[in-house]
Amino acid sequence: MSLQKSEAIMIAAAVAIGLVGLMSPNWLVFTTTLAVSKALVVLGVVMLMRSGLVSFGQGLFFCIGGYAVGMGGRFLNIQDALLLIFIGFVAAIALAMVLGLLLTRYREIFFAMLTMAFSMILFGILVKSHGLGSTDGFTVVQWSVLGWQPESSGMGAFWLALVLGLLVALFLNRFFQSSIGLACEAIRENEVRVEYMGVSRRQVLYINYVLAAGIGAIGGSLTALAAGHVDPEMAYWTISGEFVFIALLGGTGHVAAAFIAAMIFALVRTYAVELFPNSWQMILGIVLLLIILFLPKGIWSLFTRQKKAAS
Amino acid sequence: MLTVWAILIDGFIYASWLFLVAAGLTVIYGVMRILNMAHGSLYALGAYAAASAIGWYYAGGGSQLWMAFAILATCALLIGVISGLLIERGILRLMYGRDEILMLIVTFAILLILEDVMKLIWGTTPYFAWQPYAGMGRVSIDVLTVSGYDIMVLCLSVVIGVGLWFWLERTRIGKILRSIIHDREVSEAMGVNVRRMFTITFVIGATLGAIAGGITAPIISVVPGIGIEVIVLAFAVVVTGGLGSVTGAAVGAIIVGLARATSIHTVPQFELFIIYAVMAAVLIFRPHGLFGQAIARKI
Repeated sequence: MSLQKSEAIMIAAAVAIGLVGLMSPNWLVFTTTLAVSKALVVLGVVMLMRSGLVSFGQGLFFCIGGYAVGMGGRFLNIQDALLLIFIGFVAAIALAMVLGLLLTRYREIFFAMLTMAFSMILFGILVKSHGLGSTDGFTVVQWSVLGWQPESSGMGAFWLALVLGLLVALFLNRFFQSSIGLACEAIRENEVRVEYMGVSRRQVLYINYVLAAGIGAIGGSLTALAAGHVDPEMAYWTISGEFVFIALLGGTGHVAAAFIAAMIFALVRTYAVELFPNSWQMILGIVLLLIILFLPKGIWSLFTRQKKAAS
Repeated sequence: MLTVWAILIDGFIYASWLFLVAAGLTVIYGVMRILNMAHGSLYALGAYAAASAIGWYYAGGGSQLWMAFAILATCALLIGVISGLLIERGILRLMYGRDEILMLIVTFAILLILEDVMKLIWGTTPYFAWQPYAGMGRVSIDVLTVSGYDIMVLCLSVVIGVGLWFWLERTRIGKILRSIIHDREVSEAMGVNVRRMFTITFVIGATLGAIAGGITAPIISVVPGIGIEVIVLAFAVVVTGGLGSVTGAAVGAIIVGLARATSIHTVPQFELFIIYAVMAAVLIFRPHGLFGQAIARKI
């Protein structure tokens, strides 16, 4: 397996971000960490979008990843961050394997609404769980990576997010080119014809959904490790709406688009919330409308369009 | 036995409120195939307008109950018609013909915009308009007492339900709308001005949302975010009953209302959970809701 050009660029970009991170102020490191974690969940939404499905409930797995980290540290006294992330990953996969059986029967609005409903069910349960801090959530205990205790959890989470983000990006890059990944795009175009060609659409959608869930959970776990706190809001449907927003902003053209979009989103939010505290959502909404009208394939189409014009 | 009565009364009152909130959503989806996420914001707009106008009326020394209701109704109608026209003519018109799912995201964008518009107009402090609620007194049924206002909401909901049915099934416009629901292209070929029908439908749907908000304002404290809470409830009701069906919305509202009341009186922890559980359960057995129709798949 030889390294592709875009993979080499992604590795180089990750190294560059790491080096810049060493010299950056704390807030920027923290923002980047959260953006990378968010981008992982967004990649899950992008995976589903490639198969023509829009999930308004990816917050479900985001929240499960976060709570797995929180509860693993609190009730099982697990300190190792990688193990905690793995627990969240497995929990999300297990849940998605059950929900996927049902959800792969639905398309369009019904899929969107059902994913949202399941996410809201988790929200409802967490809000009523007083042992888990109800609406306030709870703090995540101190963690370490393979016995190494990072001096500041900010830097530790940053490196963790960078490495895991890169690994997931490299994996998904290959996945999108694999036969299942390509079958997803075919299903979006015309699923009946996919069946005619002898591919089981339900099987393809199922695998895709379960994988998207697992990756979403990694994003949630990283967010919990970085922020040091989890609360039920993670499963609230407006958070899932945010993921859909970032996914549309980036477009489904390339894995890296989700990371770029998440970073733009995070930076714009940092400034917009300071400058216009009561108009942040309005800006979001207007930008969303503009993207749909003028950039239906996301910002990634800006790059590919230029390339085509040049050649 | 008392619990059963309490569940039935609470359940039907809650169901009538749910129907008020969901009716506009289902009418818009039925005709236009747009699942309007901004419906909750129209509800919130109606609530804010009514609450501030009623507050202003009582603060100015007014005390007539019927005047308060007249103000409430006027506010809701005005808000519904104005914002309905603005949204449909200003934004949705540019997007017609896109995927249903993309329209869902468009209305999500409208929701985000409206949430902040409301914060800019009314600020973040809560508004109260309890006077009409208190003014209606309480009615006792056997040993239980029920607020008169709640009974009025129940009656209004029945009136709106019957009105919608009459509008869709017995009037000329209703017949045209049903032809659009059935086959948009053929009705366009027959000379139906589909665009204008869309505008009419959206304004009526939006007004229904604003009326639901206005009528709810005296019961709750009007704060930012009420629209977002309401919209998921309305979705659950509409999807349970079958998208686009007024009868479905009514049945969905009754099922969800009774389920929630049962939960509150027996296992209150499951209040929020039960609504979505009912919806998921219905969809497992009837993928398009109780009264929904399956669409032919594309080849």
